[in-house]
Amino acid sequence: MSAPSSNDTTTNTTTLLPESVSDLIGSGQEGGVSQQFSAWLSRVRQGEMGALPAVAGFIVLSILFSFLSPYFLTERNFANFLTQAAELVMLGMALVFVILLGEIDLSAGVTGGLAMCIWVVLTDVTKLNWFLALLIAFAVGLAVGSFIGFFVARIGIPSFVVTLGLFLGFQGLELIVIGAGGNFQVQTPAIVALMNNNLPVWGGWLMLAVFVALSLATSFWDRSRRTAANVPNGPVAMVLIKAGALLVLGGLAVFLLSQDRSASIIAIRGVPIVVPIVLAVLWIGTFVLDRTKFGRYIYAVGGNAEAARRSGVNVVLIRFLVFVICSFLAVGSGLFTAARVGSVDATAGKDIVLSGVAAAVVGGVSLFGGRGRLVHAAVGALVIAVITNGLGLLNLPSGLNNVIAGAVLVLAATIDALSRLRSGGSLFRR
Amino acid sequence: MDTPIIELTGVIKSFGPVNVLRGVELRAYPGKVTALVGDNGAGKSTLIKGLAGVQPYDEGEVRFEGRPVSLTHPRDASALGIEVVYQDLALCDNLDIVQNMFLGREELVAGTFDEGKMERQSSEVLRSLNVRTVKSVRQKVASLSGGQRQTVAIARAVLKKAKVVILDEPTAALGVAQTEQVLNLVQRLASQGVAVIIISHNLADVFKVADYISVLYLGTMVAEVPTAETTYDDVVGYITGSKTYNPTGARA
Repeated sequence: MSAPSSNDTTTNTTTLLPESVSDLIGSGQEGGVSQQFSAWLSRVRQGEMGALPAVAGFIVLSILFSFLSPYFLTERNFANFLTQAAELVMLGMALVFVILLGEIDLSAGVTGGLAMCIWVVLTDVTKLNWFLALLIAFAVGLAVGSFIGFFVARIGIPSFVVTLGLFLGFQGLELIVIGAGGNFQVQTPAIVALMNNNLPVWGGWLMLAVFVALSLATSFWDRSRRTAANVPNGPVAMVLIKAGALLVLGGLAVFLLSQDRSASIIAIRGVPIVVPIVLAVLWIGTFVLDRTKFGRYIYAVGGNAEAARRSGVNVVLIRFLVFVICSFLAVGSGLFTAARVGSVDATAGKDIVLSGVAAAVVGGVSLFGGRGRLVHAAVGALVIAVITNGLGLLNLPSGLNNVIAGAVLVLAATIDALSRLRSGGSLFRR
Repeated sequence: MDTPIIELTGVIKSFGPVNVLRGVELRAYPGKVTALVGDNGAGKSTLIKGLAGVQPYDEGEVRFEGRPVSLTHPRDASALGIEVVYQDLALCDNLDIVQNMFLGREELVAGTFDEGKMERQSSEVLRSLNVRTVKSVRQKVASLSGGQRQTVAIARAVLKKAKVVILDEPTAALGVAQTEQVLNLVQRLASQGVAVIIISHNLADVFKVADYISVLYLGTMVAEVPTAETTYDDVVGYITGSKTYNPTGARA
């Protein structure tokens, strides 16, 4: 498939060939915007849907709730929704790293919970400096991750078993750290601010500008390197369309969050502080997964560990490190929960982990490993959070929340399976 | 006769009480295809794993370009330019062709991938092997046919500038047309000056591409013979142990 746009460059290899062929094999960059779009459409039809079903689900649920509750589509609920979703987005992203290897971390929730129990006791009881205590809490995450990683990667125990053990054990540890029936208030203003304070209005716009600039910069950096290597680049319009979409959607969100959403005369406006933190983790994590050896090796080990090993990838180290990353980010999720709830008790993080797994799966991350991106888990988490948020506004029995979340999970998995089934037969085979 | 790029002598390998290789010789020549044949359990895989550094030999000498070398780790083999294309291909389905070809030695700029450079080199290697069936180097390997996968796996070895490429049953799972493609690829590989060792059960394939045939029988090399100087029936005889090879011409 020689594209008209790739008729550039040297001809030293073509002279060897019996018939005239273009000197480069296609790379999917050929053609204009419409061709790129139809190529994307055909990939979707072949089952590479990514987060598409989750995005559609999010839109449908949002429309549904906006009809059912007059409060749903308000600036205040939008801000609330973002802060409620932050902990699940964070946990979902944490879990993507282990799920990409086909592993699981059932203890991710309670790891965050335990770290927060230790943090709150250190700050409230021991009166340790809150930041120092926070460093200790994240160190606990690293230690837990190393523990899991060691047992899974070196000893070879299935991650399900190791983390199930920790899931049970850490609930006990939380109780020991906190004391039976205990409950500690989060008194650190900086932590409370994570969920309850906002960026100044200009800060929100600056945040948007930074992310759009990053998106454009990486795209044009890629293009310059492709040009240097003399391989075709996709249409520049695609880059601008993507950046434009980010600008419009992000701009709408920042605009809404910049309106006064207070019920009283004291104005509340601005992007919640937690939002740029989550976006930064998403961006950095995606950068690492897409553009560095470490990220590529995670996908490789998840796809075919033996192939990765034979290619010189240190499979044991990769397997170890994903658990460390997961537990570390899980502490961030636990921190968000503590900040939002305003207190820490002995059951912290117990219920959230399966929602985190569900978020990843709803978003299109494969539990078998090798397939999925951080943004998928983030979108999946938003779907689950919108159910919680919407049903909360409707004053429906809380049991319904889990029923619907479960149904969405199975639905998402079914769409995924069906799309793959349909694509199984004919793609690319002659 | 040519000078071999790789030469094994007296190679011995045992697993507990089982002597799999009992003093094996093997030679491979640059620009030539050497077929390694033998029945199941003859020790072909063990011999190859030793060359790949995956399972070091217990005893014996390996000479590479005339000097003795030790192959105790896959790194050693890789450093010498010995690449093995295994039967199960060792490709990651979830990665595209470029990502698979460069897995483990990606080109970097400032710590991040130089995708353009990798794409260019992948494309050039595939073109140099006269590959015309692959539409895009950014296709996921999952979407490739068996022959195309084999192509990618072989191209991977070429990309590493391998001097010796060992192919383990490259045509075992392929249909007629794809087998033809892969055999052409093998010849093209040899014509680039690479020493190719091909393991196959399919003697028709062997006689089509091989310059030399080496026959393993129960852990010993019973015949090393130029293809032009032997026949199909003789080779079957060596494989099954019903004939013995005698270089002077007298046959039992």
